[in-house]
Amino acid sequence: MHAEVEEKEKQSVSLKHMAGTETMIELRGVNKWYGDFHVLKDINLTVRKGERIVVCGPSGSGKSTMIRCINRLEEHQEGIIDVNGVTLTNDLKNIEHIRKDVGMVFQHFNLFPHLTVLENCTLAPIWVRKMPRKETEEIAMKYLERVKIPDQANKYPGQLSGGQQQRVAIARSLCMNPEVMLFDEPTSALDPEMIKEVLDVMIELAQEGMTMICVTHEMGFARTVANRVIFMDGGQIIEENAPEPFFNSPQSERTQLFLSQILSH
Amino acid sequence: MSQNINKASSSRFWYDPKVRSILFQLLFIGLLVFFISNIITNTTNNLEQRGITTGFDFLSQEAGFGIIQSLVEYDETHTFGKTFIVGLLNTALVAVLGVALSTVVGFLVGIGRLSSNWLVARLSTVYIEIFRNIPVLLQILFWYIAVLQVLPSPRQSITLGESIFLNLRGLYIPAPVFGEGSGIVLGAFVAACMAAFVLSHWAKQRQVKTGEVFPVFRVGLGLIVALPIVVWVVAGQPISLEMPVLKGFNFRGGITVMPELIALLLGLAFYTAAYIAENVRAGIEAISKGQREAAGALGLSEGRIMSLVIIPQAMRVVIPPLATNYMNLIKNSSLATAIGYPELVNVFMGTTLNQTGQAIEIIAMTMAVYLTMNLMVSLFMNWFNTRMALVER
Repeated sequence: MHAEVEEKEKQSVSLKHMAGTETMIELRGVNKWYGDFHVLKDINLTVRKGERIVVCGPSGSGKSTMIRCINRLEEHQEGIIDVNGVTLTNDLKNIEHIRKDVGMVFQHFNLFPHLTVLENCTLAPIWVRKMPRKETEEIAMKYLERVKIPDQANKYPGQLSGGQQQRVAIARSLCMNPEVMLFDEPTSALDPEMIKEVLDVMIELAQEGMTMICVTHEMGFARTVANRVIFMDGGQIIEENAPEPFFNSPQSERTQLFLSQILSH
Repeated sequence: MSQNINKASSSRFWYDPKVRSILFQLLFIGLLVFFISNIITNTTNNLEQRGITTGFDFLSQEAGFGIIQSLVEYDETHTFGKTFIVGLLNTALVAVLGVALSTVVGFLVGIGRLSSNWLVARLSTVYIEIFRNIPVLLQILFWYIAVLQVLPSPRQSITLGESIFLNLRGLYIPAPVFGEGSGIVLGAFVAACMAAFVLSHWAKQRQVKTGEVFPVFRVGLGLIVALPIVVWVVAGQPISLEMPVLKGFNFRGGITVMPELIALLLGLAFYTAAYIAENVRAGIEAISKGQREAAGALGLSEGRIMSLVIIPQAMRVVIPPLATNYMNLIKNSSLATAIGYPELVNVFMGTTLNQTGQAIEIIAMTMAVYLTMNLMVSLFMNWFNTRMALVER
């Protein structure tokens, strides 16, 4: 057990130095409204290549909406979003181009129930990347092995547990060979004993240098993996800091209150 | 406690649920047999008293009446048995055309109702609400009386390119005439269909090997259309069209579609399409928003999301009620009696029954036809449904 903790600490130390200087995602003055409701208020955020950002905050604070704007599942009304050098506009080709490079994992997995695990993984590489089926199957098996469920490849999502489904969802995104991975509360719909298996996969991914933005309340994960932790409330970024100072000496009162509530038990 | 159990097991045998259920079933079967045999003896007695002969001998007697539309050769010298065939085929014609038309219109309107285009969505909604909420008999009468009977006379026909004519006597379209050598053109058509099939197979193989997507649908369709046309031209145009021509007060030549058939078809198809549209909408809406988002996040285009993710899942919700709608359409086709389209109920259960008086035989035969047709639809749709079904645990 001790060895494991030390191992984790070593990882976290080694991870801290991995972020590059190249900008991967940039949000400048992003504003979004749902009707009269102002969901995102003047969001400014720069994510460098290889950086791992954890976004936390109370529900309704706009954290999911923010990352969903990055691959245009939600439309923003003001401001500029740059992803890997491409600026998001209403141009469909532009959006499809960005979506190829940005993988996303959802709270409720959203696997395609009419396709096998393998077919879930090969669908996008075949139809979007236009790769030979054989090759996509090899890639899919490689990633299914990495998330430790190659033996389930020919089952249907309905036959798997929640944790297994979420790991398939991660593998499915990885098959597109994305530059960035977005995680929208990936463990919130899971039973406690399945959370670890999903977080382990995510930590491994971080070690390999994947650029990640994770909306999550797993503070242990944030401490181990994140370069920066962002706290959002009321559609604004309230505080942004490295995990140590963020958890040990939060600056704003709102952050202190939030942390005391989620870390108190 | 154990004493109680002993007491129960030694109690009378009719307290055993198994024995009970067998007893009740025997009783029910006995009553049913008694009831049916009673009806049969009663009926045969009554028929004998009135001097009505039973049996199917009448089917080989001469009918002596004409039928205005027949898909097979028929005139008044043919038998009553032939009138059954004529009616059956006319019913089948409406059923096949109606199912095809209602499916096309239903899917278009159903998808249209979910369109992001405001006008298309509203028009689809209005269509569904109007056609679903008016009795189908009224709609058939509407098409027949209010639309088709106020059309101009043959001399003032509405025409499309001087080859298709519409007037109060019906729709006149050109008929193909198969001259010598037309077999080659038909052969070319069949060959093109086979080539398209091989092509789709080849395209799949190539996708597996190289990953390139071949536009199978467009090329295949082009092949099926173009090849017969080329062969037709090369072979010296063996298939010609016989145009309907106005001679005196009416048109001669071509194919005549009688107004009764048009009215019945439009009435049945538009009514059923409204229900199919609602099924299609329900099927698409039953797919969670997350499916569309997940597919979109992977970079799939709008069209691919629909064809690869949404439609395959929606179909399993759409197919079972689709079967019900098809069966309703077939059964409702008997409403043709009201406008005089010569389908099975009108011809066989109407005129033939009147002429022969063989009520029991004729009604039984007619019922058997609808039963058989609908069971066939049901079997086919069940087979189709199991193919599309979702695999769960």
